[in-house]
Amino acid sequence: MSTIWDFLTRTRGKNKLHITDMITYLYMGLSVLIMFGPVLWLILSSFKTSAEVVKFPPRLLPYRQETVVVEGYEEPLPLYEVTMEDGSVVQLAQVRRIGLEGQMVDPSDPEEIIKVHIDDREPIERVVFSLDNYIEGVESFNFARYLRNSVVVTISATLLTLLVNSMAAFALAKYRFRGRTAIFLIMIGTLMIPLSVVLVPVFLVITNIGWNNNLLGVIIPGAATPTGVILLRQYMITIPDELIDAARIDGASEWRIYSQVILPLARPALAVLAIFSIMWRWNDFLWPLIVLSRSEMFTLQVGLNSFQGELNVQWHLILAMTVLTLLPITIVFAFLQRNITTGIATTGMK
Amino acid sequence: MSTHSQKNVWSSISSGFNNVLSSISTFTIDRVDLVFSALQRLIGLNRMPYIFVLPNLLIFGIFIVFPMLLNFVYAFTSGTEFFPNERPWTGTSNFEQLLDCTNYLDPNTCREDIFWRAVFNTATYVVFQVGFMVIISLVTALLLNRKIRARGFFRSVFFYPVLLSPIVVALIWKWILQDNGLINGIITSLGYDKLPFLVDSTWAQFWVIVISVWAFMGFYTLILLAGLQAIPSDLYEAADIDGANSWQAFYGITLPLLMPSLIVVLMLSLIRAVQIFDVVFAFTGGGPGTATLYMVQYIFSKGFSSPSKQFGLASSASLLMAGVLVVLTLVQLTFRREEE
Repeated sequence: MSTIWDFLTRTRGKNKLHITDMITYLYMGLSVLIMFGPVLWLILSSFKTSAEVVKFPPRLLPYRQETVVVEGYEEPLPLYEVTMEDGSVVQLAQVRRIGLEGQMVDPSDPEEIIKVHIDDREPIERVVFSLDNYIEGVESFNFARYLRNSVVVTISATLLTLLVNSMAAFALAKYRFRGRTAIFLIMIGTLMIPLSVVLVPVFLVITNIGWNNNLLGVIIPGAATPTGVILLRQYMITIPDELIDAARIDGASEWRIYSQVILPLARPALAVLAIFSIMWRWNDFLWPLIVLSRSEMFTLQVGLNSFQGELNVQWHLILAMTVLTLLPITIVFAFLQRNITTGIATTGMK
Repeated sequence: MSTHSQKNVWSSISSGFNNVLSSISTFTIDRVDLVFSALQRLIGLNRMPYIFVLPNLLIFGIFIVFPMLLNFVYAFTSGTEFFPNERPWTGTSNFEQLLDCTNYLDPNTCREDIFWRAVFNTATYVVFQVGFMVIISLVTALLLNRKIRARGFFRSVFFYPVLLSPIVVALIWKWILQDNGLINGIITSLGYDKLPFLVDSTWAQFWVIVISVWAFMGFYTLILLAGLQAIPSDLYEAADIDGANSWQAFYGITLPLLMPSLIVVLMLSLIRAVQIFDVVFAFTGGGPGTATLYMVQYIFSKGFSSPSKQFGLASSASLLMAGVLVVLTLVQLTFRREEE
């Protein structure tokens, strides 16, 4: 015990734990509870049965009633602990409940029906992390379809974003041409106008192209992000021009210079943009909500939103589906959290 | 974070992936090069940059710049027709309808009372959310900047919710705050009555603020933390030698040197707060009543979900909002220029 305490109170440099350190650790501990607690509660709840989910007050862990197969009954019967009139406690299986009376049988002697007042019996429960909700949810929610759409959108949009933005960034960073400043200014200017402000006309453009209910309508419009161009351009400016000149003397075309000189060198910046693009696209809600109205084209986010609307009481399924939706991004975060946090700290974008 | 063996697996996966990727890409690069080389011979080296910016500009122009211009057409025309050429030109009547109030402080006296409710709700939300956000991110960043154990872990803890989608955030909290939810469970176990978190207007507004701070604070904390770590530590040593206490060091060194980052955080959170939509849309749907109906949802509902689609009103409201955002951004850019 004392070694644990020593470990916990050890500080970097100074030897004793100051009161301000205590406050800091207290704050951090509380924060872990507040930031992770809700997600943890969601995950624990997602394993509960539909009966357990509506139970109040809620219990922390997913309990499930024990069942037993009794001779002469097709379905497994729920198991109870019953206090008999003489004070002894026995385990009985319930056949049916009529009003305030439960008709129970002894699993080892299924012939005799014992009538018990429901207040005299307690369900026998144990903690089970069952995947029932997940299986039922995936079936009733068309999860595979939404997952497929989300994956298609995220991957193709990210590849397109990287290609289109790096090409433009290359031109803006490494060439002097008429209109360069104008293009750059327009991009910076539109940074301040969010999509939410141009909802109606964007919908008109999409409709005219015929991309309603088409994943292309979700993938292509967001591919040219000014943030991406600016990020890549700032990075490409630092690549020395001599490399380009040397390649040109060797007879390389501009495309070869872009694809085989600039792109490999711009990898760190491309990686940051790729991570962000994956995050944006996986979590994107407003744009797909406008473009997609047929449910077979929904992405996970839109699907989840409509699911909570139509099956408002089926919390056990909603919870399981929410966990599945946050899982991929959580895994990406677990692997890449350092890149993500430093990427954000240095570029200031989200 | 990852152990040695994990790293090995990870790197072998990624190197295998890289090999496949590079052989595909050499193949494509060679094919595309044929086209580009021919093009280069045709138009000359000096015009090649236009080819490189073209795809980006096409997408950008069609889906961002053009809609922005179209927005003006919608704002100055009215009717329920969707296509601009079928819409009668009505001048500023949409704006007049939006701004027609006998008493600007009372939405009930306005012709578009819902618009004004959205304006007031957004203003209240912005003031409280931004204030709360700046204070709490500052405190967190200051504490994270101390020499503590597991700092990287704690930093990730605050950042994790930033990655969650708005729908997921909304569902998590709806589940916690529902009538039979976790918070009400804790409250009743302490012997109090359940509270109507999602049914009562004030509670709903309160929780929308809490949830948005919960979801986004990690982002602002990171910016402030980067700002704090850029402050040279010898300044503090010098102050220590001069006998300054920690409060004096905070006011004399930390606060002035952190000011640029603080202003960035203030302005970014302001701009984002004005545009709040998706979390709330999934969390309360704007309710109860119009208690958590904010500007973007007003625009969305006028243009998309109300039975009679009033594109004109939606567009003119969005122009008014864009005006506010442009002003805010310009203020931010001026501050940034000053700091440079």
